[in-house]
Amino acid sequence: MVAATWPGVDPAWSREVDVPSTSGLDVSGPDRAGTRRRWHILDNAAQLAERGLTPAGTLLCVHGNPTWSYLWRTLLAAGTDPAHPWRVVAVDQLDMGFSERTGTFRRLQDRIDDLGNLTDELGLTGPVVTVGHDWGGVISLGWALAHQDRLAGVVLTNTAVHQPAGVPIPAALRLALHPAVHRWGTTTSDAFLRVTHALAHPALDPAVRAAFMAPYRNARRRAGVGNFVADIPADASHPSYPALTAVAEGVRGLSVPALMLWGPRDPIFSDRYLKDLVGRLPHAQVHRFEGAGHLVAEDRNIADPIFTWLAERVSDAIAAETASPAAAEAAAEATGTGPLWAPLTVLASGPDADQTAVAEMAPHGGVSRSLSWRELDRRVTDLARGLSGAGVAAGTRVSLMVPPGVDLTVVLYACLRVGAVVVVADAGLGLRGLSRAVRGATPDVLIGIDKALAAAAALGWEARRFSVRELPAARRRILGVETSLERLGDTGAAADADLPPVPAADSPAAVLFTSGSTGPAKGVQYTHRQLAAMRDTLAATLDLRPGTRLVAGFAPFALLGPALGAVSVTPDMDVTRPRTLTARALAAAAAAIGATVVFASPAALRNVLATRDTLTPEGRQALDAVELLLSAGAPVPRSLLEDLQDLVPAAELHTPYGMTEALPVTDINLAQIREAAADAAAGTVPGAGNGICVGRAVHGAELAVAPLVADGTAPGNRPVTDAGVTGEILVRAAHVKDSYDRLWLTQRESARTAGWHRTGDVGHLDAAGRLWVEGRMAHVVTAPGGVVTPVGAEQAIEALSGVGLAAVVGVGPAGTQAVAAVVETVPAVRKAEPAEPGLAGRVRAAARQAGVEVSAVLTVPAQPTDIRHNAKIDRTRLARWAGSVLAGGRPGTP
Amino acid sequence: MRVLVTGASGLLGGAVARLLVEQGHEVTTFQRRPSGVPGAADLHGSVTDDAAVRSAVAGMDGVIHLAAKVSFTGRPEDFDEVNIAGTARLLAAARDAGVRDLVFVSSPSVANSGQAIAGLDAEPADPARAHGDYSRTKAAAELLALAADAPGFRVTAVRPHIVWGPGDTQLVERVLERAAQGRLPLLDAGGALIDTTYIDNAAAAIVAALHRMDRVHGLALVVSNGEPRPVGELLAGICAAGGVPAPAWSVPGRVARAVGSLVEKAWLRSGRVEEPPMTRFLAEQLSTAHWFDQRRTRELLDWTPAVSLDEGLARLAAHYGATSGRSADAAGTPDRCAPSGS
Repeated sequence: MVAATWPGVDPAWSREVDVPSTSGLDVSGPDRAGTRRRWHILDNAAQLAERGLTPAGTLLCVHGNPTWSYLWRTLLAAGTDPAHPWRVVAVDQLDMGFSERTGTFRRLQDRIDDLGNLTDELGLTGPVVTVGHDWGGVISLGWALAHQDRLAGVVLTNTAVHQPAGVPIPAALRLALHPAVHRWGTTTSDAFLRVTHALAHPALDPAVRAAFMAPYRNARRRAGVGNFVADIPADASHPSYPALTAVAEGVRGLSVPALMLWGPRDPIFSDRYLKDLVGRLPHAQVHRFEGAGHLVAEDRNIADPIFTWLAERVSDAIAAETASPAAAEAAAEATGTGPLWAPLTVLASGPDADQTAVAEMAPHGGVSRSLSWRELDRRVTDLARGLSGAGVAAGTRVSLMVPPGVDLTVVLYACLRVGAVVVVADAGLGLRGLSRAVRGATPDVLIGIDKALAAAAALGWEARRFSVRELPAARRRILGVETSLERLGDTGAAADADLPPVPAADSPAAVLFTSGSTGPAKGVQYTHRQLAAMRDTLAATLDLRPGTRLVAGFAPFALLGPALGAVSVTPDMDVTRPRTLTARALAAAAAAIGATVVFASPAALRNVLATRDTLTPEGRQALDAVELLLSAGAPVPRSLLEDLQDLVPAAELHTPYGMTEALPVTDINLAQIREAAADAAAGTVPGAGNGICVGRAVHGAELAVAPLVADGTAPGNRPVTDAGVTGEILVRAAHVKDSYDRLWLTQRESARTAGWHRTGDVGHLDAAGRLWVEGRMAHVVTAPGGVVTPVGAEQAIEALSGVGLAAVVGVGPAGTQAVAAVVETVPAVRKAEPAEPGLAGRVRAAARQAGVEVSAVLTVPAQPTDIRHNAKIDRTRLARWAGSVLAGGRPGTP
Repeated sequence: MRVLVTGASGLLGGAVARLLVEQGHEVTTFQRRPSGVPGAADLHGSVTDDAAVRSAVAGMDGVIHLAAKVSFTGRPEDFDEVNIAGTARLLAAARDAGVRDLVFVSSPSVANSGQAIAGLDAEPADPARAHGDYSRTKAAAELLALAADAPGFRVTAVRPHIVWGPGDTQLVERVLERAAQGRLPLLDAGGALIDTTYIDNAAAAIVAALHRMDRVHGLALVVSNGEPRPVGELLAGICAAGGVPAPAWSVPGRVARAVGSLVEKAWLRSGRVEEPPMTRFLAEQLSTAHWFDQRRTRELLDWTPAVSLDEGLARLAAHYGATSGRSADAAGTPDRCAPSGS
């Protein structure tokens, strides 16, 4: 044992402790009475004392199999930091790491007792926060339950306490447990060690891998590894099953702060086990590090979040002795807006009960299905009853994979009515992104059309599956489908059970997914109160009300139709591909209900314009009656709105700005866009210009910015509304999201300016209160001359003749980045390459007018854009590509 | 201030000496042939001659050392003698003579092993990894110079990157000549981002270093225009200024490097005196990024480039327009004493 050769470990932490074993007191225990066992631990107590630092408490860190205390070295280093001193004791369990090889077989309960013996010997009185990984998580929780008098919190990383009945244990473990493999795989050879170390993303540094391997160099030293695997209770007959069950059930009673840090790329402790733990410790802070795996402590920095959490959640509680959860739930004032579906219920019992409420169009141009308000209310109530009978209850997560239309409307409102949490992940995320989102959200039930259920079966999404229509028995079996909405509706209609109580306003209602154009898609959670506020904001801002008749070509807002009391119709199109909406289909939908409002994405509207020649006179007439056209989801260029004005001559053209976390934030119409452009050109309104003007805050919302500093970040928390000050855009409104789902760190960052949501967008306000968006925070360029936000220069470049979409990105190290402009040309170039000098000169001059010095101009056949909107340029990817080309690499494709 | 400028017959040395004269300093130039700097005392001699060096530094307050053997060809011993031993000789003589300040004009190539450089500051000189005899010996000389920095004898190293301008025989003439002969390829489509230094800016930065010795002694500073450009565009700009067609053909950089290396060797064996058409060094220069973090340099020197890249190209075009054809002053022997960035 040579501590000096373990990278990241201060040799002063390494010590050995002789501990009397109590396991001999019981005849069934592995040790004889009077046995002492020698433990190796990493402990920074002496170092803290030497430096005169008083620890706030002790972190007791327990590794799993087949690692050792080395796994926790970053916590020891962080605990020794004078900024937040904590004693950190990371143990090597007996027969593991550099602790004694006992020659015994120690089961789960023995190991929990062993750990207690050690903490007794160390005199660890508390407060103690346990930290566990893998099977060390179970042992740490076992210790926690036995020492609640001194327990101040629990931290868990990729672990499990319970194997759900009827679910096979993970394949990798099944293999390791198989008699033919077990001894060879875990003990005779170092295969189990090597496989575990290979789970790191990215791969472990060779020196770190060597340190992990150091205590397990030969078969004798690996005996504990094999025994550990053999002690996994695969079923109820296993000797350790009672101990595991005691921990699993005991955990439910823990009320101390809890933190779960998870690497979802884990073939063993998948999201299923995280979900199980969240169910047992519902008050836990949870963060999933997308892309990280089993060895999350190696893959990501877990020390910073743990010490942040300790400071915020544990230290204060220790100081106050009593945490008062009741105080945190300071009664939020009732808004009096009523549940989301209130207008639907009112209309269903009013004079218009038999008028159309929702309709969907058939390819031939006629209405294929519709429901009146009375029918819609009835169907929602029936299905709610049916779902309730099938066990869908408050808090049940239901993933909806149903295209917009009558069916989606009914099931959405039924789910909300019973208090289920609706998970909406759309095909716009791409199959990989969608799969990641669904797995991460761990729905209990998946309701989908045939195609979605087939994907669920193929991709192994774990959830109960309901189809929309009743399927033939064979098909049901193949897809693993339990029942159908059709059947549940019938059951509900026949039942006379009461509906469950209306869900509380502050209970979760929905998880929506971001488009993932700046990293993996994030789940965004809304409460019922926030959804109702979203409805009220839309109604007040756009004057939508009962009597409004809208064509819903854009999903998020379309679903709010019934909640607004508006008649809604879904045009014939593939909503996952906005470009399938034709002018003819739009006009047919408008004609079917005498539409006054049209919602559609810019991509859909572009196709409508492209196909306008196919319009019939009746179609034109229907569009002439439209009063409001609303386009959202991606930036809508002024030229598109101007072209659209001819198509809907009587309509006011609006384009709200918002994000999955706040729908919407601002609104602007074409006349206001023109006015803003004139102000920017005239230079008369302070702050007007440099960006896309997205208008003023919507009803009930407030705007501010957190100013940018030289390194391109916005560290301050003081909201600023001065004209022309560029910063991260902040929004405050009743309809802003509740939280990010299982992304505690992300949520913390987004909410760190008290009362405000940090949008991750960058921009500024002008003296007229209008917001100008300058790009994404992640895309800010830090050039030596100062911070550069991309949008202003991009607009100047796009105004050049012969130039299509432009993107401004930075290459090189932060603070001294060179600015590159990547442009599409008209006509498009055939392959990506540096721009010819003439074009480069023009682009450079245009950018200079906008105050940006461009080093390089690259032309591309097409910009990389997101799948959902086909409009948001992936500047992060583009910056990487440009960096490689400008370093002398081959251009290839961005 | 009495200042000695070595290597003043070269483009940059001459510009430095002229700027010092303009600023009212008492300037002496020292090199093997006349410097032609008006207002400067001119001494002729070589840094390989101890007595000549000692008499040149006598009575000086400051020395700016630019004299060096700049070439892709030649015997390694000759590079050692001029660049390493010559610098050591000058350092010793200057210290003995009580000279207070010495600016060693170096090159970013002293820290470049052939990798792309994107936005880095001055890395330590490394003779073992520097490519070619010029870079190797300049690296060793820079280490000697900075090691000599001491109280009472302040030494700094300034590394201008690719100095060019009217009268430049290094980059501009070579590019124009090859382009005119159709021998200048664009490597890897010419996307590598290259920073350069317009002659006036390089001279101003070197003189600024002499005035800021209190802050920059003991340090190496890279100097450039801070305006990196894709190399294809840069070459096209130079060609346009010189009135010759820009390169149009493209060769993969790794092929060019391999060919350059072979050509270099064959050329050396053939005993020809002029530079080979495509050296490995040039191939590297034209196919990998070379641009630098200028923030520290600008802050320490309290200097920013006065002439932008575009303005420099305009002046270059005016120069060729005025001399009606680029060959007017394209002369230059391959073994002259003139500094160059790389």
